[in-house]
Amino acid sequence: MQRIVYADNAATTRLSEKAFEAMKPYFCEYFGNASSLYKLGGQSQKAVDNARMLIAQCINAPQPNNIYFTSGGSESDNWAIKGAAELGERKGKKHIISSKFEHHAVLHTLEYLEKHGFEVTLLDVHENGLVRPDELEKAIRDDTALVTIMFANNEIGTIQPIKELAEIAHRHNVVFHTDAVQAVGTVPIDVQDLGVDMLSMSSHKFHGPKGMGALYVRKGIRLPNLIHGGGQERGLRAGTENTAGIVGMSIALKESVENMAERNARLEKMRDRLIEELLKIERSRINGDRINRLPGNVNMCFEGIEGESLLLMLDLQGISASSGSACTSGSLDPSHVLLSIGLPHEIAHGSLRLTFSDENNEEDIDYILSKVPQIVERLRKMSPLWEKIVKESK
Amino acid sequence: MAYSEKVMDHFANPRNVGEMSDADGIGEVGNSKCGDIMKMYIKVRDNIITDVSFKTFGCGAAIATSSMATELVKGKPIDEALKLTNKAVMEALDGLPPVKVHCSVLAEQAIKAALSDYYIKQGIDPETIVGKATECDES
Ligand SMILES: Cc1ncc(COP(=O)(O)O)c(C=O)c1O
Repeated sequence: MQRIVYADNAATTRLSEKAFEAMKPYFCEYFGNASSLYKLGGQSQKAVDNARMLIAQCINAPQPNNIYFTSGGSESDNWAIKGAAELGERKGKKHIISSKFEHHAVLHTLEYLEKHGFEVTLLDVHENGLVRPDELEKAIRDDTALVTIMFANNEIGTIQPIKELAEIAHRHNVVFHTDAVQAVGTVPIDVQDLGVDMLSMSSHKFHGPKGMGALYVRKGIRLPNLIHGGGQERGLRAGTENTAGIVGMSIALKESVENMAERNARLEKMRDRLIEELLKIERSRINGDRINRLPGNVNMCFEGIEGESLLLMLDLQGISASSGSACTSGSLDPSHVLLSIGLPHEIAHGSLRLTFSDENNEEDIDYILSKVPQIVERLRKMSPLWEKIVKESK
Repeated sequence: MAYSEKVMDHFANPRNVGEMSDADGIGEVGNSKCGDIMKMYIKVRDNIITDVSFKTFGCGAAIATSSMATELVKGKPIDEALKLTNKAVMEALDGLPPVKVHCSVLAEQAIKAALSDYYIKQGIDPETIVGKATECDES
């Protein structure tokens, strides 16, 4: 039988068995509305409270009520950014600083705010995919309402110096938010040590259920109401709680945090071996800083080939991966992330992202290494672009 | 987005792939910035396309449409090859996702570019016969 290798854990992850088991009773048995007075409701309320506490502990939030449940990373980002914008606007501050390679949940929210009179500065992320703290300091103005910089990039996996960036923002009395969707459950997060004001997370990135997320909000930030209605989430985000989803998210996060050190040591070894071996392919490159990088992220470019055809070939061999080529982004331009680190279009088209989780092992790496070089060679053989590259180099 | 079985077949087992050293006409369309380049080679005897091959840099649909276009003109008189449309290529592949329609346009243009080159090599102005070659549009 053909081997199946799921290597797209940055897109989403499998639900953890433990989380699944923990969720089950909250569908048919303990189905009560957490706001109801009777026992059945109380059981749901208790489950939600416990989950909130567990999640707060996992990121070292001072209080469970710093955690607001949302429908996922996109909602958390939207809420944090639009909320901080509104708070700033009340004081006449209409400038926001972010980075060029944020997730679209952030970038498109900022574009929306630009249409409503906000000014946005996007910091360069340079060749290595890292924001430079001194450039943040220079970009801050008297009317800056918010700095929002992602913790770890979803495509190239680079990890920003968030603590330092938050300190700079605070020195100038500016609110600091981080989209930590790719980081929570993957690398250690301590919101108090980091000093961030708000932090977004998404459950399906750490083996929790989809459609669940949370926003950490530091005490003292009076975020405006997101969904008007009932009194859920301290009146800020109305709607009957998704009890099963909340429970599943908390159990998955706990599990991810518990085995993090052991897992990351293993993943880093796998990642580095894969990168070393793939770099042996002629005219290949690794995208993003090698050191400040998520343990399970590999992002490479192979000149002369196009990413979607590479993915399809890999899929035929049972390997699920992703690419930043135009054909996979649904537009004529390759991924804004790869362009932001200065790659020319034709090289960015040939990108391959492989992202690993606890469920991957060294045999997966062996299998990938037995397939990728031969597929790259096959595609290059039929590529007129490769023909040109070879000719020009002679 | 899902490809038809025919597209996947032509992608995984492309027909007529490779360079042709003694081609009578070579056409290349697209550019690397857009993410697709198609290069077509034809061999012509007595106004019949006796052989055809291609090389393509591009997505799955780009490879599949190139492959299908070569199949559709192989062994055909030039007159018929000139009538090849992107629609015919798409239909032969049981359709393409809407965002991939431009690949079939490129395949049609690549065949026509090879025919133009053939006419030029014969000392005939191709413009009245094949029409003006268009570049990959970036709209
Ligand atoms: C960095 C980043 N931010 C935000 C999101 C959106 O998260 P969700 O899918 O939970 O809305 C994702 C996931 O695609 C992400 O990787």
